[in-house]
Amino acid sequence: MKRIGLDIGSTTLKCVVTEGSEILFSEYARHFSRVSEMTAEMLGRISQRFPGERMALTLSGSAGIGMAYDLKIPFVQEVYATKIAAERLLPGTDTIIELGGEDAKILFLTNGLEVRMNGSCAGGTGAFIDQMAYLMNVPVEELDELAAAHEKTYAVASRCGVFAKSDIQPLINQGAKLPDIAASIFYAVVNQTVCGLAQGREIGGQVLYLGGPLTFFSELRRCFDRTLGLRGICPEHSLYYVALGAAYSAAYEIYDIAELSRQIREYSSMSGYTACRPLFASAAEYEEFKERHSHDSDNIRLIDKPAGAMYLGIDAGSTTVKAVLCDKAGNILDYMYRPNNAHPVEIVREYLDSIYRRYPDINIVSSAVTGYGEELIRHAFHVDYGVVETIAHFTAAKKFMPDVDFIIDIGGQDIKCFKIHNGAIDNIFLNEACSSGCGSFLQTFAGALGYEVGEFARLGIFANRPVNLGSRCTVFMNSAVKQAQKDGASIENISAGLSISIVKNALYKVIRCASPDSLGKNIVVQGGTFLNDAVLRAFEQEVGREVIRPSIAGLMGALGAALRAAELSDEGSKSSILSPKQLAGFLHTVKVTSCSGCSNLCQLTINSFGGGERYIAGNRCGRPLKIRERQRYNLYEYKNELLSAYRKNEIIPGRPAIGIPMGLNMYELLPFWKTLFCELGFNVVVSPASDRELYISGQHTIPSDTVCFPAKLLHGHIEALLQSGVDAIFYPSMSYNFDEGLGDNHYNCPVVAYYPQVIKYNVKELKKVKYISDFLGPHNRLAFPDRFTDVLNKYFGDFTRRQVRSAAKAAYAAYEAHMRAIRQKADEYLAIAKEQGLPVIVLAGRPYHIDPEISHGIDRLACELGAVVLSEDGVSRRVKKFKTGVLNQWTYHARLYAAAKFVARSRENIHLVQLVSFGCGVDAVTSDEVRAILESAGKIYTQIKIDEITNIGAAKIRLRSLFAAAGIEEK
Amino acid sequence: MSRDYVEFTKQMKKEYTILAPDMLPIHMRLLSGIFAQYGYRLHILKYTGKKVLDTGLKYVHNDMCYPAICTLGQLLYAITCGDYDPHRVALMHFQTGGGCRASNYLKLLRKSLRSMGMDYVPVISLNFKGLERHSGFKITPMMVLKGMVSLLYGDLLMLLKNQVEPYEIHKGDAQRVVDCWVDELNRQFERNRGLRGRRLQQNLDRIARDFSMIEVVREKKVKVGIVGEIYVKYAPLGNNGLEAFLRSEGCEYMVPGVLGFFQYSFSNPETDRKLYGGGLLRALFSRVCQRALRGMEKKMLDTLGNYPQFVAPSPFSGLCKKTEVLVSRGVKMGEGWLLPAEMAELIELGYSNIICAQPFGCLPNHIVGKGVVRHIRELYPDANICQVDYDTGASQVNQENRIKLMLAVARENLERESAGREDSAPQPEDMRRIVTV
Repeated sequence: MKRIGLDIGSTTLKCVVTEGSEILFSEYARHFSRVSEMTAEMLGRISQRFPGERMALTLSGSAGIGMAYDLKIPFVQEVYATKIAAERLLPGTDTIIELGGEDAKILFLTNGLEVRMNGSCAGGTGAFIDQMAYLMNVPVEELDELAAAHEKTYAVASRCGVFAKSDIQPLINQGAKLPDIAASIFYAVVNQTVCGLAQGREIGGQVLYLGGPLTFFSELRRCFDRTLGLRGICPEHSLYYVALGAAYSAAYEIYDIAELSRQIREYSSMSGYTACRPLFASAAEYEEFKERHSHDSDNIRLIDKPAGAMYLGIDAGSTTVKAVLCDKAGNILDYMYRPNNAHPVEIVREYLDSIYRRYPDINIVSSAVTGYGEELIRHAFHVDYGVVETIAHFTAAKKFMPDVDFIIDIGGQDIKCFKIHNGAIDNIFLNEACSSGCGSFLQTFAGALGYEVGEFARLGIFANRPVNLGSRCTVFMNSAVKQAQKDGASIENISAGLSISIVKNALYKVIRCASPDSLGKNIVVQGGTFLNDAVLRAFEQEVGREVIRPSIAGLMGALGAALRAAELSDEGSKSSILSPKQLAGFLHTVKVTSCSGCSNLCQLTINSFGGGERYIAGNRCGRPLKIRERQRYNLYEYKNELLSAYRKNEIIPGRPAIGIPMGLNMYELLPFWKTLFCELGFNVVVSPASDRELYISGQHTIPSDTVCFPAKLLHGHIEALLQSGVDAIFYPSMSYNFDEGLGDNHYNCPVVAYYPQVIKYNVKELKKVKYISDFLGPHNRLAFPDRFTDVLNKYFGDFTRRQVRSAAKAAYAAYEAHMRAIRQKADEYLAIAKEQGLPVIVLAGRPYHIDPEISHGIDRLACELGAVVLSEDGVSRRVKKFKTGVLNQWTYHARLYAAAKFVARSRENIHLVQLVSFGCGVDAVTSDEVRAILESAGKIYTQIKIDEITNIGAAKIRLRSLFAAAGIEEK
Repeated sequence: MSRDYVEFTKQMKKEYTILAPDMLPIHMRLLSGIFAQYGYRLHILKYTGKKVLDTGLKYVHNDMCYPAICTLGQLLYAITCGDYDPHRVALMHFQTGGGCRASNYLKLLRKSLRSMGMDYVPVISLNFKGLERHSGFKITPMMVLKGMVSLLYGDLLMLLKNQVEPYEIHKGDAQRVVDCWVDELNRQFERNRGLRGRRLQQNLDRIARDFSMIEVVREKKVKVGIVGEIYVKYAPLGNNGLEAFLRSEGCEYMVPGVLGFFQYSFSNPETDRKLYGGGLLRALFSRVCQRALRGMEKKMLDTLGNYPQFVAPSPFSGLCKKTEVLVSRGVKMGEGWLLPAEMAELIELGYSNIICAQPFGCLPNHIVGKGVVRHIRELYPDANICQVDYDTGASQVNQENRIKLMLAVARENLERESAGREDSAPQPEDMRRIVTV
């Protein structure tokens, strides 16, 4: 009997016909979401090849569920099908790694069958690689060849595609080499699979590589081999394992294939999907809409020849480069809008060159650059000014609507929104690395479905029932679109649905507005994405207001920069931008190297522009730039200094050694525990400073890929302690923290409280040492010493209560002295700031945010911009307990509210920036409250989300915007 | 003392409808019956679907846990969709308290109402940590007793319905028994009957008998245990109709009762005292509560002892015992140590195919869900565990696909077991049962 196995994946269709162990037919095709048509065609070809034959058939694959259900065709889950095929074709297999269009799977076949699939957060793999190739502007097939030629790799976040994207974008913008980026992308996929899926289970034995990406990219396989330290096999038919498994499962149901093909062609999914209202009810409504928006730009004219002083503005964005040449009033002589193709410098050079050629007598008085590539372009072409993106956009928007009070800009990779209050930027929302979506999001989907983006968006204009896709990041959206396709949504309705979800993302995820009225009355929308009428209309529908879209919506950053250049310069001056002659001799070379300035070993990208002009990127401090550091007032640094005394491991021979992992709450409690153990006659070994290597060494034991980065980092510290040969590791579980009297309770967050338990159950090696993760509560001074004695004696024998009590006394004293020192230093800095009139930034986070591997030097960045940096615990005690709008029950978070209160009632140039770890659930509660406290006093709320990503660019925009908005001058 | 919340007055009691989110369908029906007896109009909201979640997303911080988006979404949808006059309703919310961020729901609800300009709507919170004062809303000791007893009845009805329904010959029999008993119990409660002693025991016994009379075919089915975060585990809105999906896949499933969760919550102050000292009064109070619940639970287990065809869960003390090799009892935020203990319990009862349903990014679940799965697998190598994240953005296809995989493995194990084969690849004849149609 012939058997058909049909694997309908998220992006491709795979089909085999088998007879016994022979494969008679196989086919592989992208289905571009036309699942049923393509399936019917494929079956049609089979029936032509084997006319009149009846065959058994089983479906598999994530996009096949609906069809199987509706047409009552047998279905086998795709991972299970893989397992069946592997057991039959390669019986000795221990582990299978299969990467598909959107799925990543690991199957452990031996020693307890286990299957791991990527969760709802881990981004796609094949789709992710496609996306990255698109971003790099190389055909995806070339990635393999590129990667083979790499010299080094960069750290690219391995959690989710969107994160990696925000890592790679700056690399491209900084001019890193394509081969190195390609290899880094492959390694990101490997890390994501190993960390996100294996979750502590070791990958070993005979390993099989299956699925598209692993079949097509030999270099990707090599990356896996190198990381896992083995040689995996990519077998024959590696694309068809799911289909083969399905075929082998096809046992009983016998079909007339030609008839089935006909049935499937007729089939349109019977289940519906939820729809939004259409964008336009009629063609007339659309015409009216177009007419209205044609008057949006009446305030600005296009001019056709240079007249007097001209200004050049450049917006080197994440995916596009824009430039505007205009007069002082903003009337535009010339402009450019181009994808940056990973070579922004070259594009700007060409443009400058064309300006000089077309307008030989032009008088450029001043120039400014904004956007991601600001620094690079500024150095390359000697641009006069660098302008923060936010300010640039505001400046431009005022031209179109002088009383604008809300601006939303949706660009290629970011959403920027700000409110304007009393003529100043009041409130800034930038999308977090997580919800990028935006323009490139629409673009990616369009590309995946085989359309050009503008064309794709237009499809949605007259869609009758747009799919309701909700508001979430791209990765989720992939599966939502998949579901919609399954439910029979047409391409028009999917397109409209995506436009609507972009708007919802911006409104409810980024701005988190409760009602459209809270946005403002006079709204200007900008950014390339709004050039799509569908998106613009969706926005107007969602906010229930008519808005202004300048005809140059995509050029607003550049226009703003030009106008800003005009504001900042005298009419008689001359721009420092490269002259035609200088431009002719322009050279640009890129070199990648490791900085040897300190142990961080930052990967530097050195751009040289001839004539000795250089621009270095990738550095985390000023050292490679040879900038002499001036006096800094940084409480984060001071806290680290205080701790460094406790982190010295002095070993007295003959004493038992206790290891303490330096992470999470240990950043605050180290003085306490270290003193306690030293007093009791132990050697204390504190784990070393965090770095990338340490993190990766513990990565394989992380069970939850969505937990916050500081918690993940702890696995590395445990690993380091295990290597150091200590007798015991001490990491107590603590439901409660010290009660500082600032809240209604004094809990630790669940992760800080119980992470010792996670470590206990997930780090196998711990069985070699004594691991002390008992529950302890130093907050109860009376009960603690006796309870601690009991715990200690469980592991080490005879300590008397008296001994412990006296040691505890010393420990409490050490802890209090530590906390007092921080507060005193904060007082001192505040006094200095007041005396010298320096701006103050309270960088409010958690104690463990002082770990440079976690905060990525944001504290130093703020210092370099000229601020005095304080921490939340430095100022929280200056406030008495007060009523909060949320339940105030965690010690660390009570400090945030107190710090916000302190800032709210302090003098003008004291500001608060909240550091939030990505994945910190508690901060969903705290951030809104901190914002409310600050805004009640008219202060600006700024939040910086941090993760394992070392991209400090976004943090810089926020800080600079805050400085600009607060009227602080940058140093 | 001035209060910072809108009071639910006596006048309101006469005129207002109290709205509450849905969670445990059977239990909630009993609960609304009890409130009706005391003159409250309590409506359990049944709104589902995207519109509810969208309302939640609109007014609640999007990174807040999924249960917050669901339950607050239901409440806020009710007062904005036009079905209810916002000036004639009060909102009721349940919360557990403790170190999890879920204890913030009440404050978040008030905050949302403020931002909607609807802060005139009174909010009543039912929780473990003490009630706010509302002159029109008084929980009497009798109501507390009835509430507690309704948990017991609800748990038993749910337990038996889940065990009988998949096998019933006449579809709908089990649901009919549930419906009959919900009505009957409400009638008894009204007369303050069926609350303790002989009468209670009798009721329990009659419930078990009624279920045992339902005609069934005992065929082999895949047995699934559902654990997880308390809301997502129970509420169909929270888990995309997980139970209905499992029914359509032909499985039997067990969801541990809610009585265990209450006992767990009441046991925590005592554990705290043991671990950290202090808190004597709270520990004593918690001991009294635990004793009362233990007594009720014993009645149920005694009853089930007479019906060997039904699988009886272990008593709470049995769950506590499991913590000796599982997560320590000190872990008390969210579902805490109870969650792994329930997994172990279900596996031991033969429900070794476990679905751990959790909201995406749930903090305690990093610890007691994802954090312990590896350990559970070490202890029970046969456990077939599937973790499913629920979220506004997570699509049902992906969730069901994961569960389908777990079920495929479960079916293979079932076939192997019934064929008495040890660890061999499935034979072609097994395929028919493994592959679903």
